[in-house]
Amino acid sequence: MLLIHCPYCAEERPETEFAHAGEAHIERSTQMGELTDEGFANFFFYRDNTKGITYERWRHIHGCGRFFNAARDTVSDKFLVTYKAGEPKPDLSEIDNQTKAGAKS
Amino acid sequence: MNAPVSIQPNRIPGKGRLSAADPLRFTFDGKTLPALKGDTVASALIANDIHLVGRSFKYHRPRGIVSAGSEEPNALLGIQRDVARHTPNIRATVQEVYDGLEATSQNRWPSLKYDIGEINDIASPLLSAGFYYKTFMWPRKAWDKVYEPFIRKAAGLGKAPVHKDPDHYSSQHEHCDVLILGGGIAGLSAALAAAKNGARVIICDEQATFGGALHFDSDVTVDGMDGFSWAQKVTAELAAMDNARVLLRTTAFGYYAQNYVALIERVTEHLSAPRADLPRERLWEVRAKKVIIATGSIERHMVFANNDRPGILLASAARTYLNHYGVGVGKNVGVYTANDSAYAAAFDLKEAGINIPAIVDVRDNPNEELLAKASALGIRVLTGHGVMAAGGKLRVSSMSVAPVNGGANEVIAVDSIIMSGGWTPSVHMFSQSRGKVTYDADKSRFVPGVYAQDCVSIGACNGTDNLSATIDEAIAAGEDAARAVRHNAKQSATAINATGGEAWEGTLIGAAPGAEAGKVVKAFVDFQNDVTAKDIRLAVQEGFHSIEHVKRFTTNGMATDQGKLSNMHGLAIAAEALGKDLPEVGLTTFRAPYTPVTFGALVSHSKGTLFEPTRKTPMHDSEVAIGAVFEDVGSWKRAWYYPKTGEDMHAAVNRECKTARTNVGMFDASTLGKIEVVGPDAAEFLNLIYTNPFLKLGVGKLRYGIMCREDGFIYDDGVVARIAEDRFHVTTTTGGAPRVLNMMEDYLQTEFPHMKVWLTSTSEQWAVIAVQGPKSRDIVSPFVEGIDLSTEALPHMSMAEGTICGVPTRLMRMSFTGEMGFEINVPADYGRAVWDTLYQAVEEAGGCAYGTEAMHVLRAEKGYIIVGQDTDGTVTPYDAGLGWAVGKKKTDFVGIRGLKRPDLVAEGRRQLVGLKSVDGRSVLEEGAQIVDDPNQPMPMKMIGWVSSSYWSGNAQKPIAMALIEDGFNLMGKKLYVPMANEVIEVEVCKAVFVDEEGGRLHG
Amino acid sequence: MAKPLKLERAHPLGDQNFGAPGISITSVRGGYRCSLRVAQSDISAVSNALGVDLPQAPKTSARSANRVAMWLGPDEWLIYDSKANPIDDLKNINALCSAVDVSHRNTAIEAKGPLAAEVINAGCPQDLSLEVFPVGACSRTILGKAEIVLYRAKADTFHIECWRSFAPYVFELLRTAARDQSALAVR
Repeated sequence: MLLIHCPYCAEERPETEFAHAGEAHIERSTQMGELTDEGFANFFFYRDNTKGITYERWRHIHGCGRFFNAARDTVSDKFLVTYKAGEPKPDLSEIDNQTKAGAKS
Repeated sequence: MNAPVSIQPNRIPGKGRLSAADPLRFTFDGKTLPALKGDTVASALIANDIHLVGRSFKYHRPRGIVSAGSEEPNALLGIQRDVARHTPNIRATVQEVYDGLEATSQNRWPSLKYDIGEINDIASPLLSAGFYYKTFMWPRKAWDKVYEPFIRKAAGLGKAPVHKDPDHYSSQHEHCDVLILGGGIAGLSAALAAAKNGARVIICDEQATFGGALHFDSDVTVDGMDGFSWAQKVTAELAAMDNARVLLRTTAFGYYAQNYVALIERVTEHLSAPRADLPRERLWEVRAKKVIIATGSIERHMVFANNDRPGILLASAARTYLNHYGVGVGKNVGVYTANDSAYAAAFDLKEAGINIPAIVDVRDNPNEELLAKASALGIRVLTGHGVMAAGGKLRVSSMSVAPVNGGANEVIAVDSIIMSGGWTPSVHMFSQSRGKVTYDADKSRFVPGVYAQDCVSIGACNGTDNLSATIDEAIAAGEDAARAVRHNAKQSATAINATGGEAWEGTLIGAAPGAEAGKVVKAFVDFQNDVTAKDIRLAVQEGFHSIEHVKRFTTNGMATDQGKLSNMHGLAIAAEALGKDLPEVGLTTFRAPYTPVTFGALVSHSKGTLFEPTRKTPMHDSEVAIGAVFEDVGSWKRAWYYPKTGEDMHAAVNRECKTARTNVGMFDASTLGKIEVVGPDAAEFLNLIYTNPFLKLGVGKLRYGIMCREDGFIYDDGVVARIAEDRFHVTTTTGGAPRVLNMMEDYLQTEFPHMKVWLTSTSEQWAVIAVQGPKSRDIVSPFVEGIDLSTEALPHMSMAEGTICGVPTRLMRMSFTGEMGFEINVPADYGRAVWDTLYQAVEEAGGCAYGTEAMHVLRAEKGYIIVGQDTDGTVTPYDAGLGWAVGKKKTDFVGIRGLKRPDLVAEGRRQLVGLKSVDGRSVLEEGAQIVDDPNQPMPMKMIGWVSSSYWSGNAQKPIAMALIEDGFNLMGKKLYVPMANEVIEVEVCKAVFVDEEGGRLHG
Repeated sequence: MAKPLKLERAHPLGDQNFGAPGISITSVRGGYRCSLRVAQSDISAVSNALGVDLPQAPKTSARSANRVAMWLGPDEWLIYDSKANPIDDLKNINALCSAVDVSHRNTAIEAKGPLAAEVINAGCPQDLSLEVFPVGACSRTILGKAEIVLYRAKADTFHIECWRSFAPYVFELLRTAARDQSALAVR
C-alpha cells in the first residue's frame, strides 16, 4: 500500500483512502459542442500511457474528497510530487534530483 | 505427563537451556514421546533419536531434519491440535511442542518406513528435470482425465484440512519510527540504540526467544555475560520501555513500497490450551519511517551424493540442538565442511561427550588454530578430502571419504553427519524492498548493494562477519535512524562490549567433490523440490541459459522454503555449466512471503459477516416480519417479493403486480441514491450534467433526467426535484449512487470550479416509501399534514414538503409503475415507523407490499428502462427511445459532443423496442440473442438481444424489451430467438404493454 | 385528517454495546448532524451563526458545549451536536454555503479505553498515535471496507461516524477487534 501526499490535507495518507482518476491536464473544451472529430478523439479516447513520469489525477475520496494531480514514475511506482487541481505541471528537474539523492548506494 | 528425561536417548543432562522440570508429551505418527517445555518438534524428535520424519516430494526418499530454523526444507509435518485444527507442511524446526501436540509425517504410504512411492527413486532416471513438461504434453485430452489426477495423487506433500477453520485471526495497522527485523545481537543492539534516542521502535523475531545466532554460538560474551543471557536481558529492557514494542514468534514476511512491512505473529501455536478469545495469529501491517534489516545469515549444506539421508544436518543446527535444547544429534557424528563453523560445532559436541570420528574438510589448509584445537581434543581431521557419498537409507550409517584429488575411499561409520558449505547472508527482505544485491567475490556471496527504500542492513545479512564490527554497525544504525526521525530527542549513547564470535572463513558453493559434472549421483541442491546438481546441469544442457528459466525448469528454489539453502548452490552449478562467472548469471529475485503465511491471517477479520458490509434499509426488519424474500443488489439486501402462504415466486409477483394496478401497493425505494445539490448555480450545474434542460424547472416540480458520459452513452438516470431556487433533490439508481456523485464532484471540482454549488450525499438520510396504485392517495392522505394531495395542487411530477405521521417529509407525486403514486421521503430513523403505519392502512384497504421483482415487471409493462439492464454502456438516449430528454437548444452538457459522433448518428443502431412472443406464452430469456432468419447457416448474424423479459399478469402475456438493430423501423416484423431446444418467434412492438396513453398516471 | 402520531427515532444499532478489559464499544443514539460547505468568504458568518469557529486546518476540530465542528475538507465540515440540530441555526442565514441535514444519514459509535486506538487500527490504516492524531483530531478515512469519520474526543475516546447501513458492519468489526485486542493485551 502506497502513501500518497494529499495537497489539501497536507500529509501523507494511506493509498486505500484514494481513488485513481486517469490522466491529468486534459482540459474539457468550453466549446464542447463544436469540437472536431479529431479534437474529441484526443480529448476522450487517446491517452499517453507513459512509461516513466506520468501526470495523473487522484481523488482523496475517503478523505477530504478533493481531486488533485500527481506526477508519478510508472517504472518505480514512486510519486514525485502531488499538487492541487488547477495548478500547472510542476518543474520536476529539482524533485528528480532530490529523489535520486535520497537513494543510498 | 511425567516423562523422565532419561528415556530421551539424545538428551544430554547439563546441556542446553530447557528445564527437565517442565516435561511435555506429544505424539509422532501415533507414538507418544516425551519432550521439554521450549522444545521444537524437531529438537524433541532428535532428543528421542528420531531423524526420519518424512518422504520427499518427487522421489519419496526418506528425509530427516536438516536445520534448526525457518530455512528447513525437509522436516515438514502435519500438526494437529484436534480434528478441526490440522495444519499440513509445518516445519518441525519452527513448531514448538505443547502438551498433547500430534505430529504426523507426510507423503508416505503405507508408512514412513515402507513407502510405495519410493519406486519413483528407482525410476528417477525417467523423472529428471522437466519430466512433466516433456511427458504429459500429448494427447491434450489425457491431461484432465489421466495425467493431472495421477500427478496430483503422486505428488504433493501434506493433506489439506477438511474442516472449516474454527479459529479466528486478527490484524492491525501499526506505525513506528524504526522497525527492526531480527532479534539477534545486531537487531537487539540497534533496537536499544534507537529506543534510547526516543524513537518509536518495533523489533520482531520469528523465534520463541530473541538471540538469533546466540542460541548456538556459546563462544560469545556480551557485557560480561553469556550472549544468550544478554539477549534476554536486553529484550526485557526493551519490553519495559514505553516507546518499544517487542514481538516474539513474529516473522516479517513481506516488504512492500514505502517501508510497508507485513509481520505475522503466531499467538497460540505454542500453547497447549489457548484461550478461546485469543486469535490464533495476528497480522501486523507496519508502516515504518526507517527499517533496519538484521536478518542474519543461513548456513549452507554440502552438495554430495546422498546428502539427504536422515541424520545429515547443518553444523550450526547441530550446535543449536546441543547448546540451546541440550540434544545431541547422534552418538558418532561425522563432520563435512568447507567452513570453520563446523569445527566450532564439532568441538562443542566433542566436549559434550559425543564421538567425532573425523572432520572432513575440502580445504587443504584450514585455520591452524582450529587444527590445533581439534588435535588437542583428539579429533581426526582429513584436509583436502571430500565425502564421496553417505551410506545408509533410513538413517545415515557411514560416510565414504576420499582425497579431493583422487585416491582410495575410506568408509567411516557414523550415525549423523554435520556439514557446512559456508554462510549465505539473508538478503531476502532487502531484495523484497527492491534493493539490488552486489556480489562479494572474495567471500562468494551476495550482499546488499543499491538500496531502493529508506532502510539499512546490519550484521551478517550485510556481510559483516566480525562481532564487534556488527555491534558498532548496529548501534550506529539505531542511533542514525532515531536521530533522523527524532531531531529533538535527548541523545543517549549505547555501549556494548562483546568478545568471542570469531569470523568464520571458508566457502563452497555448488557441487562438492564427488558430485561434479559427469558423476551419476543424487547430490541434492533443493531438498524440498528434489532437485539435484545433475538436474541443473541438464537444464543448461537443454538450452536454459537464464537463471530465471533454469529455476522454473528445474523448480530449484521454488518450494515453500524459497531456496534459502539451495539458491546459491543452484546458481553456482548453473554458472559452471554455462562457463560464466557467477554474478553474470545473476541471483533470482526474492518475493514475499519469506516463509509460508496462513490464509486465515491474510483474511483476518474479513470473513463471514465482515467479508463485506451488508446494507439494509431502515424498514428491513418490518419486511422480514411480513415474509419478504430478499435479493442482493450490490451490497444491499432488497425485498424481492412477499410470498403469502403457499405462493411461489411467480404467484407472489403476479399478485403484487395486479394489486398495485388495481388497488394499492407499497414498495421500499430507500436504496435509491440521493444527492442534495445546493448553491446559486445549482440549476446551471444540473443543466450541464444532465441531457435534459433544467434551468426552467419550477420549484416544487420534478423532472426525469438522463446523464451521459462524454461519449454520449447513458450513464445513469433518475428523478430530480427542485426544492428551492438554489436547492435540488437528485435521485440516482441504487447501484449508480457512488459513481454519479463522483462524476458530479469531478466536473464541479475540475471542469466547472467557478460554479457555486455543493453536493451532499443524502442517500441514507431519507427512507423512501413508494405508494402506488389507484388507491394510493386514499392511503397516504390521512397521515399527511401541510400538503394538498389533490391532482390540481400536486399533479404528477411535482413535490411538496410537509409532515407524514408527524415527521417531516419530502413528498413526491411520481411513478415508476405507470399508476398514480407517491414517493414518500422521511428521515431514515422514522422510516420503519412510517412504513409500519402505512402498511397497516394498505393491508386494511386490500393492498400489499411489492418487491423488486414486481417493480421490474410493472415498469417493463410501461417500457421504463433500468440503466444497466436495458442499457449496457453503448446505448444513447436516442437508442433507448428517450431522445425527447435531450435538450436540443442546449449549447453544452456532458455528452453533447459524443452524441454527434459518426457512429452514434449512423443508421441501423441497436434500438430499444418491445417484443411479443407470437405463441402468447413463451417468456424469453434475458440475454437471449435475436436473429432475422433462423434457417441461415451458422454462425448466424445476431441483430440484437433481449434486455428485459417477464410474464405480465396484467397484460396476460409475456412481455420483453430488446435492443435490436434498426428496431424502431421494424415494428410488426417477425424475428426469431433461437434457444437450445426451440426457436421462439417474436414480433417487434412498441415497448409499452399497459395503458399506452398513460392516463392512469394522473389518477 | 391527519392522525396524530408521536414517532420516536429508531437507532440503526439499537442499544448495542461491547465491553472487554481495556475497551468498550458503544452505539451512540440520536444526535444531530449537518454536512456543511462554506465559501471561504463566508466562514466567519457561518461560524457566528453556529456558535463555533469552523476550523480551517486539516484534521482539526473545534468544540463548543455539545457541538463539534470537524474539518473534513477545504470547504467542508461535519457539525455534530448531541442535543440540538445545528441546521436550525442555519435556516435563515444569508451566506454562500450549503447546509444539509444528515442527522439520520450517519450514526455514531464510541470506542473508549486504553486499547481504543489499537482496536480502530484493526481496520483504519492511519497513524492514531497521540502525536499524529491528537485529542481533537478528526478525519474522514476508512475502517475495513466502510468509510468513517473519526474524531478523537479524548486521549482514550473516539467518536466514529458512519452511514447508517454500514453501522452493523462497523460495529461488528470494532467488536471483533476489541475482543482480539483485549485478549492479546492480557496474555
